[in-house]
Amino acid sequence: MRQSSEGLLLPPVALAPPRTARKRSLQRRRSRAAWLLIAPAVVLLAAVAGWPLARTLFYSFTNAVLDTPEEYDFVGLANYLDLAGGERFGVLADPLWWQAVGNTLWFTFASVSLELVFGMLLALLMNQKFRGQALVRTAILVPWAIPTIVTAKMWGWMFHDQYGVVNDLLLRVGLIDTPLAWIAEPGLSMWAVVMADVWKTVPFMALMLLAALQMVPADLYEAARVDGANAWQRFRRITLPLIMPAVIVALIFRVMDAMRVFDLIYVLTSNSEATISISGYAREQMIAFQEMGTGSAASVLVFMMVAGIAASFLWIGRFNHEGKEGKA
Amino acid sequence: MKLTRKQRAFANQLWIYLAAFVVGVICVFPFYNAVLTSLRTGQELFLANYLPTTFHWENYVNALGENGVGRSLLNSFVVATVTVGMCLTVSITAAFALARVRFQGRKYVLFTILCVSMFPQVAVLSGMFELVRFMGLYDSLGALILSYTTFSLPFTVWVLTTFMRALPVELEEAAIVDGAGLWVIITRVFAPIMGPSLVTTGLLAFIGAWNEFMFALTFIISNENRTVPVAIGMLQGTSQYELPWGHIMAASVVVTVPIIALVLIFQKRIVSGLTAGAVKG
Repeated sequence: MRQSSEGLLLPPVALAPPRTARKRSLQRRRSRAAWLLIAPAVVLLAAVAGWPLARTLFYSFTNAVLDTPEEYDFVGLANYLDLAGGERFGVLADPLWWQAVGNTLWFTFASVSLELVFGMLLALLMNQKFRGQALVRTAILVPWAIPTIVTAKMWGWMFHDQYGVVNDLLLRVGLIDTPLAWIAEPGLSMWAVVMADVWKTVPFMALMLLAALQMVPADLYEAARVDGANAWQRFRRITLPLIMPAVIVALIFRVMDAMRVFDLIYVLTSNSEATISISGYAREQMIAFQEMGTGSAASVLVFMMVAGIAASFLWIGRFNHEGKEGKA
Repeated sequence: MKLTRKQRAFANQLWIYLAAFVVGVICVFPFYNAVLTSLRTGQELFLANYLPTTFHWENYVNALGENGVGRSLLNSFVVATVTVGMCLTVSITAAFALARVRFQGRKYVLFTILCVSMFPQVAVLSGMFELVRFMGLYDSLGALILSYTTFSLPFTVWVLTTFMRALPVELEEAAIVDGAGLWVIITRVFAPIMGPSLVTTGLLAFIGAWNEFMFALTFIISNENRTVPVAIGMLQGTSQYELPWGHIMAASVVVTVPIIALVLIFQKRIVSGLTAGAVKG
């Protein structure tokens, strides 16, 4: 009971609950000690993550500027939306904010779905037995290991409009007649960002899925083959249902990560309007424009969006969990 | 035409090798291209050529010395190492409590830690800015150590908890019977056999700290305190339109090689650490 109420992600404790009175006092001492043991971690998290978060929320209701954060007036919700004087101001009235929201959602959708498809193909490939398998496993760790900033620079150079490798290859193959301005052209720059991100994060996805694939018992496939199921049926009816929990966890990880994207876009396309993310927008307001109040308001909105998505994942997860238990 | 069983198996193998080859090329090519570029200067940079033509090592000398990437490497190393040390110290006790002791509120602590690991960095940026300035850490490596430790902590606690849960209960029971207290159990029984897991977790935290960009970009303004990602992100040429690609790629290769070496040496551990948090949990 306890285990199931903790949900999919929380590991159960290893020790069984003790029963006798003597053991109970030991248990009580242990649980008191446990709080002491986790105290440093909890204090650090509260002081350096919790407190700044609260301060960000606080500043989002003020007109503070970055240089002199101690001088401020309360402005209520004006940083979010200000309707005074017939004109609309604030983050929610800024077209660039909505552009950033659209960019981030599109980036998340495009890159995570491509990663899922390629990650699955790669995991299925690595799950086959062939000579040189170890070499492929090593090779796919290279993109994962490369720092994001280096990835951004490398791809920026490869996407260079005049001297870049991407244009050169496409021209040689004959897919395009004239070089494309991958970084400068608004219609293309997001694709450049998505490609670089997919290249970097498919390995993570593939390793997660591979770990799940390796836990599928081989005799299931054997039985299905005897029954005459073809490769697609085996994948659809055996593999997919069994690795689904791992797929969902990997998806959650990646979606949360993609929603927070900042560094890749900041370096690859210099936060251009066509690619700026919500994190990039908030940081630009706060640091580049020194508008601590507006920037904090945007940060709070970013936090709320990410938290909202996380909560809906949890809700859907719980819903599924209960549904399954009801059936069983 | 109907293929025999043997022919089908052969065709299958062929496809697998073809796919493996394509995957290998796609994974390694961008880095290979960076290495090629880093060895070129002047006009050669602008000729598409897929094989090494010249070996101009001066890009490396230039990137490391003049552009200050050498100094940044040292900074990054210090920051990442101290971060990992602090993180592991704090999280090993926490992970022990969370994995091995049943206490009230355990569920909520785990849940909170999971939530913090999904915090967008920008959400704490202005509050953190204030905190860092208040503590007098602005523009110093201390600001980065503080923020990285906090932001890697949820991850390290989580992974270590998963690893610790996998250790046999008998081990601890024997120690309890022998009259060992919690502290002795952690330091004398668990810490020694946790070695491999600590290495794995530490490596992943190290890579995370080595690659972090947003805090490093915001809390450090002076050149000599920059970490590697910011130093590379900021490399500029004489004019805005003339980026020194040779230097940038040389610097990129220099900062990537140690990480790639670490990853390849500890391949198995890293993969187990990456998947430990997700699949087993």
